[in-house]
Amino acid sequence: MVLKLFFPQCCNTADSGLLVGRWIPGHNSAVVLAVIHYPFIPGQVKKYLSELQSQTQVDLTVLGSWSMPKEGQEGMDSFLKDLSTIFPQKCWLQLSREIGKRGFTCQVVQNNGRLLQDREQKNGEGDKIILIHYDQRKVMLSQLHPVQDVGQKSDVEASELRLVFQTVAQSQPLFFLDKYDDGPLKLSHWQSEGREASIIAELLKQASVPVCIFLTWLLSLWYWFCSFRILHLPPVLFISSKLSTCVQSVYRAVHFRTVFSPKKAGTHVEFMRKANIFVSFLVDIALGLLLISWLYRENRISKLADTLVPVADRVAKELQELLEWLMGAPAGLKMNRALDQVLGRFFLYHIHLWISYIHLMSPFIERILWYVGLSACLGLTFALSVLSDIVALLTFHIYCFYVYGARLYCLTIYGLSSLWRLFRGKKWNVLRQRVDSCSYDLDQNTADTALFPLQLFIGTLLFTILLFLLPTTALYYLVFTLLRLVVVLFQGVIHLSVDFINSFPLFAIGLRICRPYRLAEGVKFNVLCQEPGTPLHLMMEINPLKCSSVLQCYRTPTYSCYPKDSWAGLCKKLFVGELIYPWKQKTDKTD
Amino acid sequence: MRYARPKNAGDLKATIRATWALITPEQCHRLVDSMPRRIAAVIQAKGAPTNVISMAEEEFTDINGNSISLDCQTHSDFCREFTVTSPKLSLRKVMVYTCFVWLFAYAVFFFTENTAVLSSAIILTLAGMMIHIHFVKVDHETLLIIGSLGVQLSSSYASGRESTIFIEMNKLKDIVINEAVYMHSIIYYLCILIKDPADPETVTSVVPLFQSSNPRLNCLVQVYRSCQEILAQSR
Repeated sequence: MVLKLFFPQCCNTADSGLLVGRWIPGHNSAVVLAVIHYPFIPGQVKKYLSELQSQTQVDLTVLGSWSMPKEGQEGMDSFLKDLSTIFPQKCWLQLSREIGKRGFTCQVVQNNGRLLQDREQKNGEGDKIILIHYDQRKVMLSQLHPVQDVGQKSDVEASELRLVFQTVAQSQPLFFLDKYDDGPLKLSHWQSEGREASIIAELLKQASVPVCIFLTWLLSLWYWFCSFRILHLPPVLFISSKLSTCVQSVYRAVHFRTVFSPKKAGTHVEFMRKANIFVSFLVDIALGLLLISWLYRENRISKLADTLVPVADRVAKELQELLEWLMGAPAGLKMNRALDQVLGRFFLYHIHLWISYIHLMSPFIERILWYVGLSACLGLTFALSVLSDIVALLTFHIYCFYVYGARLYCLTIYGLSSLWRLFRGKKWNVLRQRVDSCSYDLDQNTADTALFPLQLFIGTLLFTILLFLLPTTALYYLVFTLLRLVVVLFQGVIHLSVDFINSFPLFAIGLRICRPYRLAEGVKFNVLCQEPGTPLHLMMEINPLKCSSVLQCYRTPTYSCYPKDSWAGLCKKLFVGELIYPWKQKTDKTD
Repeated sequence: MRYARPKNAGDLKATIRATWALITPEQCHRLVDSMPRRIAAVIQAKGAPTNVISMAEEEFTDINGNSISLDCQTHSDFCREFTVTSPKLSLRKVMVYTCFVWLFAYAVFFFTENTAVLSSAIILTLAGMMIHIHFVKVDHETLLIIGSLGVQLSSSYASGRESTIFIEMNKLKDIVINEAVYMHSIIYYLCILIKDPADPETVTSVVPLFQSSNPRLNCLVQVYRSCQEILAQSR
């Protein structure tokens, strides 16, 4: 069996002493975490280790001895060999390094005194040893992906590398003692040259707790306001579920609750979620303020307000011309004159009403727009949602026309299909939810299911009428559906960009670019130069996660506005005349 | 020679002569050329058996007939590294493509008198070359097998970028040579069978090796035998 030893790079030039670390359970390997230097008192070493064990839940033990003799220290070897009796172990490692040579020599002593050496042997007997050098600080800070839940540890056999990473990460308290501490023990690890800290980071950490408490209190005020009975009436609920501004604000409130909770993030996933939300919120606000500074400079907002009413007028005029065209002979098709006139006049009246309302509101538009523009300081996503809502309100008449046209067309189609079934002698069985055949008997016993000639006559009449009215209704339906689809497309683009800003994990991507060792996909090994007589030395480096995996892993889940139906389903619905809502939003389960 | 099984002395002589005739002058040249390297390794090891043995590179080709080279390095009893080097970017092809694109751009410029065509052709050629070197052209692929630790596959691109995957030994079921039928040809490829440690009998996925260099069967057999020796030790 091959013995694998993970040795930190920072201890390569450490003075002689004891190796402290952990034997990885289930695999024939050990992780060295620190070196305790000579002189030391064995009793204090044991006390210190048991203290740390209770603090970190990692079973730290003395693994063996490390000897790097300097000038005048030749008598260390036998002393270090005798140490194995003081710290009873199943397996005692003796690592030694000479100045000037690059390789280490390693000897493993088993409990029964058998000495197993790593030497090149022809028949391949004896233990073989691999020494794997690792960068302690990077391994401590890094997180192996795919991230496993803490509870899953016992179910699946944890892999060796995962255990090594976990051991180093959990042994943080071991690295608090540095060379400036006046304790009885002198340790060597990555922080032994002196612990570094930043005053600003500490101040921010201290200040963040009261700030979080204050913001959570503000948030609770907002929730209390939202829980008023008057806001839970069905019409208000309905409107607020349709307006994307309200949806976005609800969504942001949920986010704030996550970010500003005073509880510290426990797992890596929670921490990344909090950080991503916080950073994307800051970027959102920054972009919103940029937008405001652009809008309010040179009085652009009032220019925008001034162009709004003429644009609405123009849209209405275009619609009127369209209807006049439809009422004539559109594209050379011959319409049913009476139905054409009815529908055309009906829609023209609607447009007239709409334009009157717009003109009624025109003196207040500039003021309203000025205040609404200020809401962009809550974030660019807010501004985009408001824009989407304004567009929805301004094109409300197009939506109404679409609904009327679709309903009419839908009625025509259903009537036609039902009457067509009548001719073929079939009936819709409501009980069985299927089409059954139905005879033309005049038998008294089956009077309720038979078709009388009268039924047949009326059916024929209605069928003919509907068939000849079909082109007119179909054309109106087609025109208004296309208009509606244009508006839906525009709103869809806005929603997609809002979604993108909400869900893009900016913090994770920044971490991947600036500190790639924090998000690790795996490890890389390099074989270091060999000297004969030394065991195999490998250099372990962290292989960072690919950018696409980062995006997939850390995307903040949003109320996604993905298409509800596939393309085929959409086309079918359009053909039959059902109302389509291509951008149906998934509501949160908490609401 | 080992398959010959001569029955008498005459047979033995004939077999020896035939095998001697099969040794090509190129093989002799290669062995002579590698002598300085091997002597230097022995001197560095001070007479002990050398840890690093570089075998003579034999003539291998890939499935399309281009010549590739295989380099095996034995770092220790249970650690070996195989490097398959693809042929380098051919200057002739680069020149041909560039001339073609630029002649086309000049022709378009001749008709439209718009200099933006020329600058866009230059930018296109540069961008295309950079993308090709950085993402498409693989310089060499390496398989590092460390007994009882795992297997590492890495591809090194012409621009120096390296992409590496490490597979731990407990997830590795076996390394096998598989055959694939593609159109009119049968292609052999070396692949690693991955298993889930919780369920050791089923193969969850297959990772093919040397996908850019595509060496032929003789090269794969050498790599396979070497790997199986190491895998047998750790079982």
